[in-house]
Amino acid sequence: MTDAEIPRTQPLVVVSGLIKQFGRFAALRGVSAEFDAGRFHAILGDNGAGKTTLLRALAGLSQPTQGTISIFGKSPLAACRDIGYMAHPSLLYDEMSGMENLRYFARLYGISGDARCEEAIRSVALDPELTRGVGQYSQGMRQRMSLARAILHDPTVLLLDEPFSNVDVNSAREMVHLLKDMRDAGKTIFVVTHQAMLLEGVADEFIWMQAGEIVDRTASAQRAPNEPKAAL
Amino acid sequence: MNSLWSLTLATLVKDIRLEWRSKDALNAMLFFSLQVVVIFVFSFDPLAEESRHIVGGLVWIAFLFAAVVALNQTWAREMRNQVLDAYRVSPAPANALFLAKALGNFLFVVVLQALMVPLFVVFYNLRALGPAWQLIPVAVLGTWALVVNGTFFAAMSLRTRSREIMLPLLLFPISIPAVIAMVAGTTAILTGESSAHFYIVLLLTYDVVFTTACLGLFGTILHAE
Repeated sequence: MTDAEIPRTQPLVVVSGLIKQFGRFAALRGVSAEFDAGRFHAILGDNGAGKTTLLRALAGLSQPTQGTISIFGKSPLAACRDIGYMAHPSLLYDEMSGMENLRYFARLYGISGDARCEEAIRSVALDPELTRGVGQYSQGMRQRMSLARAILHDPTVLLLDEPFSNVDVNSAREMVHLLKDMRDAGKTIFVVTHQAMLLEGVADEFIWMQAGEIVDRTASAQRAPNEPKAAL
Repeated sequence: MNSLWSLTLATLVKDIRLEWRSKDALNAMLFFSLQVVVIFVFSFDPLAEESRHIVGGLVWIAFLFAAVVALNQTWAREMRNQVLDAYRVSPAPANALFLAKALGNFLFVVVLQALMVPLFVVFYNLRALGPAWQLIPVAVLGTWALVVNGTFFAAMSLRTRSREIMLPLLLFPISIPAVIAMVAGTTAILTGESSAHFYIVLLLTYDVVFTTACLGLFGTILHAE
């Protein structure tokens, strides 16, 4: 079967002419791209390249100045039940335990009972019985609890901003392994990271951003400096 | 509708739990109100008759400024670790968050009032000459007027650089009709010289108008950048 004969599914996420300006500064300058379902996308680039802005726009937290985003053919806010978002900060209340946090966030998605919360906490290798506040967790534990919050409602699309920052190598590898399992289970994953090598051999695609634009999409975390632009 | 009230309740319970553990707002409010009582008691030594004329203003000034402390705190804890973003990306209705925050602030200010009013009564030798029961609707409607606008404007000033300064600047001018009604209503009841009926109706109207407006606009405020 040639490439032309392979049946292509409708792309899950479609970004078209996305521009985001903060005052006179353009954080995104006309980003257009399509992303297929069930794939692991790593978004890479220097500080200020627009990675987090793109992720926040995909999550519906940042309204585009111009352009559109479509997830399952809907706007990000309309598709919010299908999106799990993990930011650089934990998005958790420090004074409450992990279970108390998740119990509250579960209610926001109409999930009642503790079973799903316990399952989410166990899936990130934490103990649901921990009673101390999240503020007293180690950075690695907080990151994992934050991931548990993001996957609580079993979303189809996961948007993760710097999930491995301030996390030791072993914890980061465990998280990568967990994300790989999720991708294998059919989730579409976007990870913004500076630690590209952690995702080598795991991510299906590396998206390179620079000055508010996607400049390249590669299958490897290695990218030659003068490599010609791939078709976006 | 069920989901709105159940989420309001869940958020309210969460806020009470957080306040119970940190006591950030209640401690600050109590300390501030106690200072007002003590400073004014030592500043002048009014007779019972004079007290009835001035305490309405003193009480509400104390509660108004103390409420601002709680109002700033209520959103500040949503900004730590950017937890508000977790709410914004969820399908939960914006108004459930607003109602929970307003009800939470109402509860905190009512607790403060329950602790402070006996002190005002003792220190200022107070006894109402008018129908004392009318103090209840004035207190309830007046407190709601403060917290409903305060919760809204605190959310509005959340992302401004100096939100502690912005909140009073936005809240106080728009609260003037309510504050006048609270002070005049309380004074009317304490002195028994006139009826507080007009002020109660004014507060009720004010509450209905501003609660409706805040509920209608809060979604825009929540999702603004």
